Amino acid sequence: MSRAPLSWIEALGAAVTTRLDRLGLAARFVAALFGVLGIALLRASLIIRELYFSGVRSLSIVIVSGLFVGMVLAVQGYEVLQRYGSTESLGVIVALSLVRELGPVVTALLFAGRASSAVTAEIGLMRATDQLAAMDMMAVDPLARVIAPRFIAAVISLPLLAGLFSAAGIIGAWIIGVHLIGIDDGAFWSQMQASVDVRIDIVNGMFKSVVFGVAVGLISVFEGFFAPPTAEGVASATTRTVVTSSLAVLLLDFVLTVMMFRGLNG
Amino acid sequence: MVDTPDIIRIEAAHFSYGERPILTDLNLTIRRGEIVAIMGGSGGGKTTLLGLIGGRLKPSSGRVMVEDQNVPTLSKSALYQLRRRIGMLFQFGALFTDLPVFDNVAFPYREQTDLPEDAIRALVLMKLEAVGLRGAAHLMPSELSGGMARRVALARAVALDPAIMLYDEPFTGLDPISVGIIGRLIKRLNTALGMTSVIVTHDLNETLRLADRVIVLSAGRVYCDLVPDQIRASSDPFIRQFADGLPDGPVPFHYPASDYVQDLVQS
Amino acid sequence: MNRSKFDLAVGAFVALGIIALIFLALKVGNLTGFDSGTGYVLEARFDNIGGLKVRAPVKSAGVVVGRVESIGLDGETYEAVARLRISSSFRFSKDTIAVILTSGLLGEQYIGLEVGGVPDYLSNGERITKTQSAMVLEKLISQFLFNKAAEPPSQVK
Repeated sequence: MSRAPLSWIEALGAAVTTRLDRLGLAARFVAALFGVLGIALLRASLIIRELYFSGVRSLSIVIVSGLFVGMVLAVQGYEVLQRYGSTESLGVIVALSLVRELGPVVTALLFAGRASSAVTAEIGLMRATDQLAAMDMMAVDPLARVIAPRFIAAVISLPLLAGLFSAAGIIGAWIIGVHLIGIDDGAFWSQMQASVDVRIDIVNGMFKSVVFGVAVGLISVFEGFFAPPTAEGVASATTRTVVTSSLAVLLLDFVLTVMMFRGLNG
Repeated sequence: MVDTPDIIRIEAAHFSYGERPILTDLNLTIRRGEIVAIMGGSGGGKTTLLGLIGGRLKPSSGRVMVEDQNVPTLSKSALYQLRRRIGMLFQFGALFTDLPVFDNVAFPYREQTDLPEDAIRALVLMKLEAVGLRGAAHLMPSELSGGMARRVALARAVALDPAIMLYDEPFTGLDPISVGIIGRLIKRLNTALGMTSVIVTHDLNETLRLADRVIVLSAGRVYCDLVPDQIRASSDPFIRQFADGLPDGPVPFHYPASDYVQDLVQS
Repeated sequence: MNRSKFDLAVGAFVALGIIALIFLALKVGNLTGFDSGTGYVLEARFDNIGGLKVRAPVKSAGVVVGRVESIGLDGETYEAVARLRISSSFRFSKDTIAVILTSGLLGEQYIGLEVGGVPDYLSNGERITKTQSAMVLEKLISQFLFNKAAEPPSQVK
């Protein structure tokens, strides 16, 4: 078999074209989804159902992970801080790491693995078994009835879960730092309060997790909605949701962090 | 609006998936109250035809008139308005797997009407009684047999008493008893509710018992349009191949390929 | 599963999430009343602000009473201009002195306000005229060495 000398250019062109096609598809999908968000917000019972499956079911993993991350931060932080004789700053270090970075980011990664993958698989299977088509033929828009509530639930769940993660982490660090290591309880909290700013640290952290919620929510419903209607198709769409969501979260985190904390140290 | 006898009229419809033409210059009419069976080889555009009638697919050219409205040109809301008058039974029922049988049948009422819950309950039980599955109202779709799932889906499809029912391969994958049950239900619902039915199917025996008219599609157009007795008596080789289930004939056994010997030698 | 169970579980989830956020806001962070927009602004000019940062605390007798809102440079006098956002619950006399201090040996820098005795109070937009610049370590050291060098070498034998 002889291959044309320019075949790699052709392959590159094809790759770019398919990516652009998918981007266009995604743009139209997002536009259509935002068009029905208003209607979907009126159906509270549907959103509550999805909040249950995405949010409530993620509670245990998020709280337990938060607790352990906080405990590890306390042990590691103490090890470093004692060299400089400033162990009472442990609370500050733990709280800032959690509230600014680890809370939003780790929660979003856990959420992508725990909840979003399930959403993709569920929507993909509904499509493969004609459930979405049947709904459409019953004059019920699947975008408003199935897709939008799942997206909205992700946007609501993620900030709440991130808050719980950070709170659990700080309590974990408090257990280790104050009860096991013996740092002064008052110093632990007062140092933290003196250095953690509600607007700069906590509100910005929450804003991050709202953005992550939008990104992870969109990726999961998009991958599910356009999953090929086969077992293989749904499986690879589920994998893609986790991979794409994780990368999107980390990339967005970098961009948001640079935007938020630039200019603060002027 | 004039109540024309033709409830569905397809004029010169073309449709293709990418490069592959599915329907080429399709013309057909379906009259009010009829049960019409659409037959033809696999990939012959039968399911595509239902997609055109339901507005889920758009022809590349031609008109699809349903109740005197050209479906491809309708806005989304007008299309949804029209679809409230169209019921569709999907190949494997397409029941909502996260809802029990009762809620599946109640779905169209809850979404499309403002009826109170006790009125919905009465209607759902009535529809389930009509398909003989009132006792299964509390079951989940995963607990149903294929035939039962199809009957629940039928109850759901006729919930809003549609004027037109579309059936996509309603007999596929069912045992002979279930095939008979579904066939009888289709006939009974058609007369009782004054509907028009379009059935896409491979099951010739059941079709000949059920349909008023059989339209055979081939190569993306109407090959013939006959009443069941004409099919039984036909000597046309294409129709005979269908009726008798012959593996080879005008519909070739082999997918188009290069010469077998040459293919072997080459490798 | 019936609806009321969903409602209950989701209600508990949302309540728990909000409690966590309130915990973060009140127990972990400082929700003091002088976020941007509230309180009033005072201006102070320094020859050198050292390592003072925007949002550094402004303290009086060790109590935080405000934050540094912005730091600029006057193009004509080459003085650093710090604008201080002060909580409206505190008032300072016209002869208040603003000093740049350091918490601990290596800690962050902040502005300390030392109140004078004049009965008139500074109001929004006014300037604190008496200021004391930051201690810059290099200057201190060189001054110390200079003084040492200037001393008569009496102890040397």
